[in-house]
Formats: sequence, C-alpha cells, structure tokens
Amino acid sequence: MAVKPLAETDFYKKQIRLALRNCGVIDPESIEEYFAVDGYQALAKALTQMTPEEVTQVVKDSGLRGRGGGGFPTGLKWSFTAQNDADQKYVVCNADEGDPGAFMDRSVLEGDPHAVVEAMAICGYSTGATEGYIYVRAEYPIAVKRLEIAIADAKKHGLLGKNIFGSGFDFDLHIRLGAGAFVCGEETALMTSIEGNRGEPRPRPPYPAVKGLFGKPTTECNVETFANVPQIILKGAEFFAAMGTEKSKGSKVFALGGNINNTGLVEIPMGTKLREVIYEIGGGIPDGRKFKAVQTGGPSGGCIPAEHLDIEIDYDNLSAIGCMIGSGGMIVIDDSKCMVDIARFFLDFTVDESCGKCSPCRIGTKRMLEILDKIIEGNGTLGDVQKLEELAAHIKDSSLCGLGQTAPNPVLATLRFFRDEYIAHVTEKKCPAGVCKAMLNYYIDPEKCIGCTLCARACPTNAISGKVKEVHTIDIDKCIKCGACETACKKHNAVYKA
Amino acid sequence: METVNLKINNMPVAAPKGATILEAARLLGLEIPTLCYLKEVNEIGACRICMVEVKGARSLVTACVYPVTEGMEVFTNTEKVRQSRKLTLELILSTHDRRCLSCIRSGNCELQKLCKEFGVDDETHFEGENIRYSFDDSAAHMVRDNNRCILCRRCIAACKKQDCAVIGANARGFNTHVGSAFERDLADVSCVSCGQCIVNCPTGALCEKDDTDKVLAAINDPDKIVVVHTAPSIRATLGEAFGMHLGTNVEGKMVAALRRLGFDKVFDTDFAADLTIMEEANEFIERVSNGGVLPMITSCSPGWIKYCEHYFPEQIPNISTCKSPQQMAGAIIKSWYAEKNNIDPAKIFCVGIMPCTAKKFETKRDYQNATGYPDVDIALTTRELARMIESAGIYFKHLPDEKFDNPMGDSTGASVIFGATGGVMEATLRTAVETLTGEELRSLDFTEIRGTKGIKEATYKVGDLDVNVCVASGLENARKVLEEIKAGKSKYHFIEIMACPGGCVNGGGQPVQHAVVRNFVDLKGVRAKALYEADAAMPIRKSHANPMIKKLYEEYLGEPGSHKAHKLLHTKYTPRPKYQ
Repeated sequence: MAVKPLAETDFYKKQIRLALRNCGVIDPESIEEYFAVDGYQALAKALTQMTPEEVTQVVKDSGLRGRGGGGFPTGLKWSFTAQNDADQKYVVCNADEGDPGAFMDRSVLEGDPHAVVEAMAICGYSTGATEGYIYVRAEYPIAVKRLEIAIADAKKHGLLGKNIFGSGFDFDLHIRLGAGAFVCGEETALMTSIEGNRGEPRPRPPYPAVKGLFGKPTTECNVETFANVPQIILKGAEFFAAMGTEKSKGSKVFALGGNINNTGLVEIPMGTKLREVIYEIGGGIPDGRKFKAVQTGGPSGGCIPAEHLDIEIDYDNLSAIGCMIGSGGMIVIDDSKCMVDIARFFLDFTVDESCGKCSPCRIGTKRMLEILDKIIEGNGTLGDVQKLEELAAHIKDSSLCGLGQTAPNPVLATLRFFRDEYIAHVTEKKCPAGVCKAMLNYYIDPEKCIGCTLCARACPTNAISGKVKEVHTIDIDKCIKCGACETACKKHNAVYKA
Repeated sequence: METVNLKINNMPVAAPKGATILEAARLLGLEIPTLCYLKEVNEIGACRICMVEVKGARSLVTACVYPVTEGMEVFTNTEKVRQSRKLTLELILSTHDRRCLSCIRSGNCELQKLCKEFGVDDETHFEGENIRYSFDDSAAHMVRDNNRCILCRRCIAACKKQDCAVIGANARGFNTHVGSAFERDLADVSCVSCGQCIVNCPTGALCEKDDTDKVLAAINDPDKIVVVHTAPSIRATLGEAFGMHLGTNVEGKMVAALRRLGFDKVFDTDFAADLTIMEEANEFIERVSNGGVLPMITSCSPGWIKYCEHYFPEQIPNISTCKSPQQMAGAIIKSWYAEKNNIDPAKIFCVGIMPCTAKKFETKRDYQNATGYPDVDIALTTRELARMIESAGIYFKHLPDEKFDNPMGDSTGASVIFGATGGVMEATLRTAVETLTGEELRSLDFTEIRGTKGIKEATYKVGDLDVNVCVASGLENARKVLEEIKAGKSKYHFIEIMACPGGCVNGGGQPVQHAVVRNFVDLKGVRAKALYEADAAMPIRKSHANPMIKKLYEEYLGEPGSHKAHKLLHTKYTPRPKYQ
C-alpha cells in the first residue's frame, strides 16, 4: 500500500498551518532554523519600513481576534495601548493555558518559541512598550526551557535589547512562571500575579491599556494570537483576512479530544463546519456510538448538540447559540455520556479554581455544584432545576471576572439543549444515559435468565434470590450496585441496568 | 472642575470627572449599598452588592468602582438589581454564622442591616457545605471569628494601609478565609494591635478581647479600690454608641456613667497627658541641649511603639522614653495618690478607658509596673465601656453632667487635644517654647500641624533655634518618615507619630461606624473638632500651667526628669522579630 502524503490524509486534508506553521518543522532550540523560515523578517520589516501606526493598522486590517477566549480584535487592543502616553508600557503574553485538555499554546511555545518572541517585540514597537513579560505555567517545563533559549539567542543576535535593527527601538523580555491557578489566565489576575501578589482579578475599568501591569498601559495577548502576528506583518493583512468568515478571520487551533477517533491539535480556517471537524478530520465517533454533543471552550464554554452539527465555526456563530470558541478546547461527547454529569465535571473544575474574591463565584458556583450533586444522586426536584437556573443567571451577571461570568455556561448550555435529561433525573429519578450511579438499578431479564445461579453466588450482599433453573430476581433494597452479577452473567447477558 | 453629565434613575446629574457611580448617586441623595468598599482603602469590587444596571452594558456594573461617563444611564433600584443583591446576600448568609443574638455586632452589623433592607428573610435559601473555623484568640487585644467573616477584605486592606499586612486571603475558592501566612496565630505574627481591622469590619468577625468581666469582678470585690481614668478622645466618641451626633462632647455624662457603674474614683487621663508633656518637653530640651538622639519621636501610641519595635528596631533610640499617659496615670495613682490617701497599692485596681486596642497589649508590656504592681490592670475600649453602660441599665443620654474626681481631674486644653493627630506636638510646643524662651506665647494655636492630613510639617522658632517638627498618623505615613531617618536624610528635630490615621479619635477601640459613614463623612475631622473646641474653651491651655501638675512635682516628683520621675514615668523598648 502506498503511503499518502500528509496533506492528503483525512486528518490533515482540511487543515491549514498558520499558528502551528513551524511546529514540528524546525528545531525550536535553533534560532538559525527560525531564520531559515523567514524568522525575524517581520520584526525587521516593522522596525525599518513601517511606523508603529502602520503596524497597528495592518493588524487591525487583518481582522485577527484574540485567540485566548475573548475574541477581542487584536489591532484595536494594540491601538488602545498605543494612544496612552506613559513613561513605561508593557507587553504581556498570556501562556497560562489552563483549560483541561487544551494544549495549543504549549505546542506553539515548544515548537516555535521565536514566533512569540518576535511578535511581542512587534507589539512593543506598535504600542510603545519596551518591556514584555511571558507568563507561562510552571507545568510546561519544556516550553519554559525553549523560551529561555529563544530569548537568550534573540538577545545574542541583537533581536532583543537595545536599538534593535539600528532603529532606536529597545525591547526586553522576561519570563514569569505561574503557580497553577486557572484564574491567572484572566488578564488582570495574570498581571496581579506577575506583580508578585496573590493571583486575583481586579475590577475593570481601568482596562490594562490604561492601567495594567505595575499600573502602566499594557497590551496582553495569548500565545496563539501572537503566533499569527509575524505572518500577518510579513505577508500583509489581506493574506490573513482572505481566510475565514466575515467577522472571524484566519485560522484557529482546536484541541480535539473525547469520544472521537482522531484526537490532537487541529488547525482549521474559521468557518469550517463542525461536521467536517468531527467526521472528516476527527474520523467520527468510535465504537459505533452516536454523536451527542461537543463541548467547546472548556469550563467556560458550552456544548453544541447534534442539531447544530452544520454550524460554521467562528466567534459569533458559536456565541449565538450560547457557546464560545474559548481557547479552543473541543471535547466530543457520545451518547453514552450523561449531560448532567458533564456539566457537573466542568463546574467542579471552576469551583476548585475560583479565586474566592467575589461572593457570587466563591459561594454561588459551590451552591450550584451542590444542587447538581443532589440531582445526580437522585434527590433533585424541579425546584432545584429552577434554583440552578436562577443561580446560573445571577453568577453570570454579577461576578467580578471572566471566570465567574462564564462558570455557569456548561450548566446553562446543557440545560438549553438537554433539558429533558435534567427533567428525567429529577422527575423519573432516571439517568437516561445510565451514568449516574445513584439512579441505576440492576435487573434480570426473565426471558434470558436460565437459572444458572452464577449471579446469586457472585452477589456480595445476597440480594439475588431464585431456585436453580428458575428465573432469578434482584432485591433492589439490598443491592449495592457493584455490578458483580452483570460480570457473572456474561454468557447469558440476562443482567441489565436501567 | 470638569464634570460628566449622566442620568441616574432618569434623573440628570453632573458628577465630577473620575467620580464613581456610587459617588454620583449620592449627589442625588441615593445610597447604593456596599459591603466591601472603603474609599481609597479597599476598592476591590469583591462583594458584588453595589451592582447596578447601566444601559447598554453586557452585565450588571459595580457602582463602587465604575467611573461615570458622559451620557451614561444608570438604574440603581430595578427589580433585576434588587434580585441580584438579594441573591448575593442569600449566598453570603449561606456561609455565615447566623446566630445573631450572640453576636457582638447585632444591631450594628452592616450585613444584618442589608438583609433587613432587602427582605432576606429565608436565611436557609441555600443549604450546603458550611465550613466552621476555630477562633483565633491568641492575641492580647482581639479575637477573630471567621465564621462571621464575609470576606469583604476590609480588614486586609486596613492592615496593609497600616503597613503591616499580617493578614491576607488564605486558600482559594470556597475555602478562602482571612488569616496570617502559614495559618499562624495573630499573636505569632508582627501585628501591632492597632485594631484598625476591627473598626473596619462590617460584621462580628473581629472584635476586641472583652475584658469587661474582669472589671465588673473588681468593682464587685469589696477589697478592691477600683480607679478609672478616661483618655482624651473618649469624650468625643462615646456618645456615638448611644445614638448621639458625631462629634458630641459627652465628658460630663461619661463621668456620671462611670460613677453609676461603681468605680470608686473617676480620674481624667488628660491629667496624665499634661504630665507626659512635662516629661516629654523636658526630654526634648535635654536631647537638644546635650546632643541626644534626634529626631525625638513621641511615645503615646502603643500601636506605633510595637510597629517600631517590629519593623524599625534601629529607630528605637529615637523614641521618647516617656510612658504613655495611660501608664503614667496608673503609675501616679498607685504611688502618689495611694501614698497621699494611705491606700495599699496592692488594693488598687486601675482601669484605663482607651480609644485603642493596643492599650490592652501595652498594659502587659515589660517595664510598665513602676510600683511593683501593673501600672494599669485593665484597658477597656470605648466600645466595651459603652456595652457596660448599656447592660447596667444606665440611660446615658439623660445623665447629668458630672466632674472628674481630684487630684487627677484637673487638666488643660493642651492635654485634651492629645486625641487628635498633631495634638501631642502642639501641647509639647506650648510647654517647650515657653520653658526655653521664658516668655509667654502670644498664640497657643499651632494651626499648621492641625487637620487630618497624614503627614504635616512645620518649622517653629524656639528661642534661637529653628525647630523642624513633623506629625504623622497612620503607619504607612510613619514608614515614610522613618525611612528618611534611617537614610540619614531627616530634617526634623521632633516627630509625633500616632498609629491610627487621624490619631486616637479614629482609634481601633472607638465605636464602629459603618462604611457608608467612613466613606462619606470626615469621621476623623468631626471627632477631632470636638477636642479642639474643648481646648479653646479651657481656662488653662498649657500643661505646665496645670496647678495640680505643679503640686505633683512640688509634693512628690521634684522636677521633670528627676530620678523619681524616671522611675515612675519612663520606660524601655525591646526590638521584636517580624517572624517568630
């Protein structure tokens, strides 16, 4: 059998490589290899042929939007910082990638660290900042090491430091390690953490462009956003703007995972249909199961059900159905999963990661989780579902930062598309997917049972009664739901749960 | 002044540029409720009570920190806003120790007040986990009960403002709680016991260590002679606890109440303040004439003393060796007064009524027992005294005005202003200038060092000498002044430092005023005004002119700085580590 070129494989056919263009292609620890793929040409072009305003304009015209979750137009963000006069301004790179299962920023930092260094210098030139900080999770030791090498090499080659390319522009970079708090991915919390304080968000306004790091005007962008910048400067705004949809340009990297055949990082042009991602790039759902939903945007996002499989993925389409691209997590869920349980999983994460500063997030998310637990344990009522919705709306509307404001999203989205599952949990005390243990009961199918007694002998609590060669029955009150009977009855498959 | 035009609840208002929605609303007479907000101290937008609707905004907006913009339309009292506040209160209540009856702040609790206003009557609307914390009663001066804490973090901000920052948020999310680093007890960290955290707490999470039982026991002990003396600022604040106007001088009623509580003698700490001036002015003159350590810094504020011992131990020689008025009063009561009246000092139980929680710590310091007995047995805060008066069934507002007992009831205008920042300096100058020059001052008002500014400075001609003086209140200001001394750049000869911003009138033991008062009323200024008015009305306004002070020196001490004065009225300080 002939080996197909990479670009012809199903996984890669519909992908493009922009942010990830150098990942796996060059040696990330060699600045020379980066030079060989036009490295630092964009910085040279910006510093020697363009004014800071022109740089900002190109980024604006490209239509690049923040890849960290907010989707704010990057050029506009840069221009806000540029217009504020100050004795010192900063550029900050948010590399505190925290969504469970997401690793696009990690790949960029480990595979192409110079792209970020170069982009930050360009951003510094455009906004009038002479110092930059990369805030990267300590859990990414390879990324940290490669960034350190990249910065040192760039300094050695005069690409960071004083008077870069003889242009009179100075720019220096520092690395700060995060200590593992999810909330530090929120821009004001991240800056508070860099300043050496407990990583907690602060109220906005004032926005970072006015009063950011150390009280100075600051531009903060995430890794993937920066990774796109050198190409935009080098090839022009039109090159980037040619891809994508009307309001979402370029490409986006997603971390495809969950119940899907092909998992991994996927970079697709904005506007690609979800169906293409799941069934063509992702190769469909394994084990012959049915697609149920895809969770996007991690713990801050929502889920997209099968009815929206033909949605064209971009910022606005997703937010129109209560979802978000977020940083790019994409977890596929098949029909064996309970959506109440899924919502609980993500909420559990945010409860754990709430910084504890504002009351709605600190207490409210915990109360939501407790209500979900009650529902999952089979003790929920319709009133609880109502309370859950009431709380979710409240937390969304009154929390201090993005973490709290989006924390209820997994619950709201599942309530929106899978309300019937919640209702089944609280009214029928049943988990339709058969996931929530408390509501499961084991039964013996009288049609299939041959009275072999294997199940009764396997039962640790003597919950199964029945004579030899007669149909057996399980006493639900005695049953502890250990599943031993089901295992014992493999041959006849008479034990089932419902 | 540049203004911004906006509408709040459809009413137009012009607010100064940079004002917050909260401030703009007040211009229309609208009060937006807050829990965490303290102007310029705690602007963190954490409690989410002050949420309002702003036309066009994506979500509710935090009124306490959100600046107004031209054309903005704000709604402060819509159904949505009220529901949001109600839910937040219900959430806060779900983690709160709701046994209000046994809470020290019941009736004066900002959370309770809001719950009442918003009709939060179902206190179990949200049930679930409720972490129970153990008390921290390790410190001499206060108790922390995190079960009543709502995490508004006003205490943390107040502590940081006091340049100590010994408390902060520990753990995260639902487990977040206020504590010291590594969960150390308050007694084991470099807390200066100023009590600013307590007066800024909206609930009953923080309170002074209650010593009223010990005082009542002494009063009820027939073998004890219980003597009380009251600090200068108490007369300006005690009335607040009984609903009287801010800044009402209640000296006469206070004396009457103390008699009715059963104290055997009611003295005035002001007398001892005059005595402090005699000793301190003398010490200053001696330091200046004999090349002693300068600048000399006042020693009346025990919070400041502890701060210096922890954070600037190398500056200890700059502090005057004079005991504070509270301790001087106790020492004189148990020596001169006891001898005069043939009382065994062992039988005297001396109580100081103080604006201050650090005074509780001060009574337990070393070198504060000149007669072999503690100079002062118990220091009570203004709040504790108010509670004693209340529980004794004394109708404070209707009490007649009574006079202090002698021999320590006579005082001067110089001593009554001790309670306000700048007061000790002014009183010292009145005496020092006249002593050094031998001439009578034409004006006794040193207005340059009055007012609530954090750092004030002036230069006065004292004989041939230009004396540079500085007055600092609040420990963040103290730090600035001390850093200069440390760097050898200080131009001052004499410095007054008070631990609490504004001085004793704003002490950590004073009646608690809600944030809404602290944010919008010049509390320090209003309370201080009562003291300056008392000063102006006094027939004698210079410590050295106090006839009873003269008598004390003639009869007993000899002269300021004498051996006996040193033994009774001066003390020593000890460097303390920041971490134990």
